[in-house]
Amino acid sequence: MATNKAYDVSTRNVARVLGLELVELEDWNCCGATAYVAIREERAFVLSARNLALAEKTGRDLVTPCSGCYVVLRKANKYMADNPELHAKIERALAAGGMTYGGNVRVRHFLDVVLNDVGEDAIREHVTRPLDGLRVACYYGCQVSRPFGEIDSEELPERIDRLVEWLGAEAVPFPLKAKCCGGLMMTTQPDIGRKLTGKLLRVAKANSAECVITCCPLCQMNLEAYQREVSDAMQCDCHIPVLYFTQLMGHAFGLSSEELALQDSLTAVEPLLARKVASV
Amino acid sequence: MNAVATEDLCDVFLKNVCAIPNGKKIRECIQCGTCSASCPTSAAMEYSPREVIAALRAHVLDRVLKSNTVWLCSSCYSCTVRCPAGIPFTDVMYELKRLGVKHGLYPKGTTNAVMAQAFVESVDAHGRNHEPELLRKYYLRTNPLRFLNQIALGLRLLKRRRIRVRPHNIQGAENLRKMMAAIEENHAK
Repeated sequence: MATNKAYDVSTRNVARVLGLELVELEDWNCCGATAYVAIREERAFVLSARNLALAEKTGRDLVTPCSGCYVVLRKANKYMADNPELHAKIERALAAGGMTYGGNVRVRHFLDVVLNDVGEDAIREHVTRPLDGLRVACYYGCQVSRPFGEIDSEELPERIDRLVEWLGAEAVPFPLKAKCCGGLMMTTQPDIGRKLTGKLLRVAKANSAECVITCCPLCQMNLEAYQREVSDAMQCDCHIPVLYFTQLMGHAFGLSSEELALQDSLTAVEPLLARKVASV
Repeated sequence: MNAVATEDLCDVFLKNVCAIPNGKKIRECIQCGTCSASCPTSAAMEYSPREVIAALRAHVLDRVLKSNTVWLCSSCYSCTVRCPAGIPFTDVMYELKRLGVKHGLYPKGTTNAVMAQAFVESVDAHGRNHEPELLRKYYLRTNPLRFLNQIALGLRLLKRRRIRVRPHNIQGAENLRKMMAAIEENHAK
């Protein structure tokens, strides 16, 4: 996706460093996102199922760095497994397009792969540019931990906090780490969206974070792109660099700004990281 | 608008909710209000999540649909993971959104519903969402003047090559259309 190109690029490069083989799902379509399933449920399941069927043909896990895709695809998988009648109905639709889905794909968030398949020791080994105590507010958002809670606690997740510590950074206390950023409401109900995002940015700053990291493209957009409007709505300064967790990992692994698309950021990410290197 | 009696609306709703995994647990709601207290947007809702179930029991679901409530749900799943009765309340909200759209029972100017509809159109046309098209449709149908507020952000994104000008059409578009036609046919039966 163009809007979140930096997440795409940094995820691929971090995976390469870690020796993970990521292959883009050929001809993938929309997952059947929140905004789709709110209007048409069965059609949304068809969208999910087409991706799952494409993934099944490859024999690989289906990995996504987007928390929204993660929940939607995982839910479709689960609901079809729990409800054979639904699965049969979706299967008939897939057949009309010459496809089939046997229900054998594991849907995973890239964060899950990093934490559970790669793990602490291997990540520490790859750190060539420790983050020198950079104070990070780790923002998990909603859908990486809810509703399924497979990766981390549904209420107060902490595994990204550990991850940034392995990189040499410090995770600041951030009690709002799993509260909602407002999702699409930043566009549709800006009065509400700005307040939800504003609380996150205000608390991150108040707890002395130097930056916020995210693991979802929509959270990232909300947190980074509207800081002026959010500051006005909150009547306090809410400007703070926001980056993807993969960009922070890649930086600690010694990857260049271009390999992490840091120049694409709308916030002052590059000066922040340059300062950290200078102070080592 | 399809005219639908309030009584039928509640029946249809219950039937659909009971088809969701754990949906039947909606009958076990104890009205504790954990959902409302956990909801990040309940303060702005005319009916809180707890009141939605109370309204169902009082057979006045139509009032909920005509309020601002259901489209303020952002799918954060806080209510779902906390509900002591195990009710998948986020899915209940999705069901209410669909029911309202189907029967035309949502307040005029519900921006979230307009956004969702535009999103569906974009995905149906291309197989993926095309963001510039989505936003163009959304603002034209809601408040075209507010589109102007987005120009500055649009330019900042464009400068960073973060806007794809042309939509990407998936290769399997024709097959996807056949799948969608098949599910519609199935649905009609």
